Amino acid sequence: MSAQSTQHRVWRVGADIDTDQLAPGAYMKFGIEEIARHCLQGVRPEFAAAVRPGDVLVAGRNFGIGSSREQAAAALVHLGVQAVIAPSFNGLYFRNAFNVGLLLVTCERADEIGEGERVSLDLAARQVLRAGGEALPCAEVPGFLLDMVRAGGLMNLLKRRLADGSLARHPLRA
Amino acid sequence: MTTQTLAQKLLAAASGRSSVQAGEILTCKVDLAMFHDSSGPRRLKPMLEALGTGLWDRDKVVLVMDHYVPESGEESRRIVRIAREWAREQALPHVYDSIGICHVVVPEHGHIRPGMFCVGGDSHSPTGGAFGAYMFGVGSTEMLGVVASGEIWVQVPRTIAMQWNGRLQAGVTAKDMALAMIGRFGMNGGRYQAVEFCGEAVRALSMQERMTLSNMSAELGSQAGLIAPDAVTLDYLHAAGVPGARGMDISHWRTDEDAEVERHEFDAAALAPQVAAPHSPANAAPVGDYPFTPIQAAYIGACTGAKLEDLRAAAEVLRGRRIAAGVTLMVAPASAFDQRRAQEEGIMDALAAAGAQVLPTSCGACSGYGGSIPEGVNVISTTARNFKGRMGAQTARVFLASPYSVAAAALTARITDPREVLA
Repeated sequence: MSAQSTQHRVWRVGADIDTDQLAPGAYMKFGIEEIARHCLQGVRPEFAAAVRPGDVLVAGRNFGIGSSREQAAAALVHLGVQAVIAPSFNGLYFRNAFNVGLLLVTCERADEIGEGERVSLDLAARQVLRAGGEALPCAEVPGFLLDMVRAGGLMNLLKRRLADGSLARHPLRA
Repeated sequence: MTTQTLAQKLLAAASGRSSVQAGEILTCKVDLAMFHDSSGPRRLKPMLEALGTGLWDRDKVVLVMDHYVPESGEESRRIVRIAREWAREQALPHVYDSIGICHVVVPEHGHIRPGMFCVGGDSHSPTGGAFGAYMFGVGSTEMLGVVASGEIWVQVPRTIAMQWNGRLQAGVTAKDMALAMIGRFGMNGGRYQAVEFCGEAVRALSMQERMTLSNMSAELGSQAGLIAPDAVTLDYLHAAGVPGARGMDISHWRTDEDAEVERHEFDAAALAPQVAAPHSPANAAPVGDYPFTPIQAAYIGACTGAKLEDLRAAAEVLRGRRIAAGVTLMVAPASAFDQRRAQEEGIMDALAAAGAQVLPTSCGACSGYGGSIPEGVNVISTTARNFKGRMGAQTARVFLASPYSVAAAALTARITDPREVLA
């Protein structure tokens, strides 16, 4: 997780970005590297090649509608996207994102943020800070989901629980 | 005793509580975990091996091969092979390979019953809500958590009651109801809360039609799409071979009369067939709003559009007629069982005689994993989603509609009110 002062470059997309835009069906048979190469190709063809680790995606309403394919969130993690900021997210996408270690920030006024802007995130104060100093309020992220993102996703939390004995092991084979 | 919604009762039962409040975060015990060849073994096997743990309870796991079957190409063969080998290695008792789409095949075999708490590795998993079970879709990593622990977290939703008064006209279906609600409330209208479909028109629906309603609650953006179980539910379960189905006590599984819900009312009798324009299910409007819209391809397929009742509807329009020149009509029955029953009723022959090509019983073009939709055409389809590129062709324009409307468009090569053909 980035510190409050870290500045993130903004990529803008519109409302109703669906999981087929993020992880096109035709590439679903391949691994995440190949899927990520085609992430958002329909709306921002240059995105996958030009996005840099630490950048954030700022979207319109209903980000992540559609399929349960978590590759739609994992592709952004693979490309180094730090967070997605949007006024609303599809509920299933919301769960998937935290499970694969992608931070989602629900910010009613996300549409005020422009392409190429620099923003920072202050999760403790629940706000997105614009370069000019303006603070946009965002919704609280439940603590256990923040912990999940900080751990790098559910997989790492399960590893931890198996190691400390809070989750019982079952035989790997029948 | 506090009054509770059906959703609250189901989640209270799954979390071992007597009652729960909206907004609470619960840990629920999973009664059934369903996944398919795409979301399941190819993702779960390597992750379980990396964790060094296995399935919490194989009797509660159902695996369906429906996305990459029939296999074509090296990658899909590899994905399906992994699923089959893993099923053997794990000695899974419930595996349905290449006999239809998970959301249809799993209920067909009686796995989903009133009062259960289920998760599915597919976004259309709310289909199970039609049986008075709490069921929702999760991604593969979350499914990993479920199969490793038998548990999952849920935030208790509010309930949005969609009350359909009166009866549907002939030629109007659950798909039209679903599209009308998505058109009115949008793809996040459900706000990841629980939608409950109720009222006279819902009670009058068959089980398969109820499944179409619950299925499309995914497009409404709700977590679950519930329908209180009744005699129709129990008859279906009895036919599916569930022991003691007819004697099952389902009186608890309904929303208490004074429970707090957000209620929206609809007049079923006034509903016209709906068509959703490219590229969103939320672009739904009455069929009459699409004059002179040419169609080159018609697709009757998917969990939400090619069950026996959907095939019957299509045959009602197409029997004794021929599709228009220049139109391709594809029919991919949702399950082998439904295809067999349609065959026995003469439906498959009627569709073929009208000019339909019959495709395998799998997810097919709906998921865009296969390639049966040509580029550049207008398609009318019984599927659930018409996002740009969703059906595999980037330049195809997909209109969503009921099987009646898709069949009528295939006859005339333009979007057509099926009631004109049926009259």
